[in-house]
Amino acid sequence: MEPIEKLSRRSFLKRGAAAGAGLAALAAAPAQGAREAPLSPERKGVLVDTTTCISCRNCEWACKTAHDLPTPPLKAYEDKTPLSSMRRPDATALTVVNRYDNLKEPGVPYGVKVQCMHCEHPACVSACIVGALTKQRASGAVVWDTRKCIGCRYCMVACPFQVPAFEYRRALQPRLMKCDFCFSRQEQGKVPACVEKCPVEALTFGPREDLVRVARERVKASPERYINHVYGELEVGGTSWLYLAGRDFADLQFPKLAEEPPLGVTESIQEGVFAYFVPPVALFALLGMVMWVAKNRPEAEET
Amino acid sequence: MELLKPAEIRKPFLTPGVAVLLVLAGNGLLFLAARLLFGIGAVANLNNQYPWGIWIGIDVAGGVALAAGGFTTAALCYLMHREKYHAVVRPALLTAMLGYTFVSLGVCIDIGRWYYIWHPIIMWNGHSALFEVGLCVTIYVNVLYIEFLPVVAERFIGRVALPGPLARLNGLVDRGLRALDRGLSKVMFLFIISGVVLSTLHQSSLGTLMVIAGPKMHPLWQTPILPLLFLLSAIAVGFPMVIVESMLAARSFGLKPEMEILSDLGRMTAPLLGIYLAFKIGDMFIRETFVYLMVLDRASVLWMAEILFGVVIPLRMLLSRDVLKSPSLLFTAASLVVGGVLLNRIDNFVVAYRPPYSFGAYHPAIGEIAVTVGFIALLVLMYRAAVMIFPVISLPDKDGAPRTKYAVRG
Repeated sequence: MEPIEKLSRRSFLKRGAAAGAGLAALAAAPAQGAREAPLSPERKGVLVDTTTCISCRNCEWACKTAHDLPTPPLKAYEDKTPLSSMRRPDATALTVVNRYDNLKEPGVPYGVKVQCMHCEHPACVSACIVGALTKQRASGAVVWDTRKCIGCRYCMVACPFQVPAFEYRRALQPRLMKCDFCFSRQEQGKVPACVEKCPVEALTFGPREDLVRVARERVKASPERYINHVYGELEVGGTSWLYLAGRDFADLQFPKLAEEPPLGVTESIQEGVFAYFVPPVALFALLGMVMWVAKNRPEAEET
Repeated sequence: MELLKPAEIRKPFLTPGVAVLLVLAGNGLLFLAARLLFGIGAVANLNNQYPWGIWIGIDVAGGVALAAGGFTTAALCYLMHREKYHAVVRPALLTAMLGYTFVSLGVCIDIGRWYYIWHPIIMWNGHSALFEVGLCVTIYVNVLYIEFLPVVAERFIGRVALPGPLARLNGLVDRGLRALDRGLSKVMFLFIISGVVLSTLHQSSLGTLMVIAGPKMHPLWQTPILPLLFLLSAIAVGFPMVIVESMLAARSFGLKPEMEILSDLGRMTAPLLGIYLAFKIGDMFIRETFVYLMVLDRASVLWMAEILFGVVIPLRMLLSRDVLKSPSLLFTAASLVVGGVLLNRIDNFVVAYRPPYSFGAYHPAIGEIAVTVGFIALLVLMYRAAVMIFPVISLPDKDGAPRTKYAVRG
């Protein structure tokens, strides 16, 4: 829980911002609530156990294969040199595995698979100028629509995990590339390609709510193995992908994020300024009045 | 006060300065062609960590802010009915019109799929600050062009001379222009108020843009009142931009700057700057971000430069009678404000943005700089051409004709 004082200050700032945007705080308070349909309680997630992962990178191969991206044969992934430097997903690889030292058992390093976290309240979806990104209510996948995207890259500015990648080298139809949670496979009743391929069951696919429980049970059962933190349970309002770790998440280069989704402040401002177009229309009327009064002032004729 | 009347400037278009601008513009267009043929990555240093660079920071955000003179002078002259400032309305309107045209071009080249630029008109996302900025700017560009139509009508009414066989249509076109002008003059107030409302909305929403970046933005700039700060600074930079631009034009065309009007604009700028400064400093104390000024790094130095040279020094200067009376000092103060607001936009969109996984800081590539400089050169060239074709800049009226344009036409 957050301290009361901090909370009240934040909501004060939020409301102040909406008012400060020039045009009445009148609609800022009830801004949150009414929007799209609620997320399905059955929405899926993946629990990543970084203490189990052996950094075999088979998931990278499976992901590329499932998404028709060029990849060397699976055998080539036995080469471990890419693990010596930190990598991020990009337009050619929607998921990558990074390796980190295990301080308790130096012989068994941790593997951290990185991909889109599929936030519960995705900043990219809120930010997208044309609504090309959507959060699927049933699967929980954050999906990109090539028919809408204009390539403005505001989603990349908004993403707290810096995941979406862009095809900068393409002159026509450059794509926004990120993990799509294999939503088309999911629609066929299949599990995501990476989960299916993982040889050590470091990835567990299932309803997110169950996974949170499973994660907590694992931490409780082996407190010597895990730190008491399920990353993604609360960060930025929760993510579909959840992580267990044997050392602090900051050491594994996860960003330290607040529990409040980053889009909250922005949407409060937007909805405060644009509450049913009342503030802009009111401003229009006000300026019209100013204009009328100024024009009819006797001394205004000669200045 | 001597009578002023907008008129076309009659000077040769080509000068050594214009030649330099033409070279810069051509150079920019070459890099632009490379961007269109080979993609953004071919000319820009943008990557997955730094998705936005100077094309957004300078061309778009800076361009929108510096075009604010259009709506602030319109508000002063038409909404508050200060007839005295008529002489600067048209140059400011032209600057805004060209400025926003180049902002739109800047957006077009920065987005990966420039041919989808029309998508936001039919594909809406009300949660997105960018959507709101996009829609407002799209409408506002059109409003600016409509506001400029009377100038076009004034230029050609009674002087329509179509070439060759089209000459038969001269009378018809003339009547059409007169009808358009009469019609517009009846509804123009609607467009003028719309222009001010639209500007208020998108100038502030431009500030909302970076709020969603949350902790990725340096705390010196990240604040929920960013939209308010953007609006206040846009209002404050409007008159200084008119001062700078009028004085540059006067110098370039060998005219006497209208000091009587310009020093008034300078005087009015001081309180506007003061309000902006108060909110900026107040926000700093509420959020206790002054601690970040104790560290000497790029962010703290640029923040201090922005406030000291862009706000505090020009504010102090504009409070002095001597500065307001001296063309060179007034120009200096106004330029400082313009530079400060431009730096603020660059700071917000480029400097303050710190992605969680950086593989080296962003520095604009030669190609990005070339395109930005080329666009600015093109804008100046188009401004020069426009004031030679249309009655934009006011000149002393020797005939002593009444000021209002309708009487002039007789």
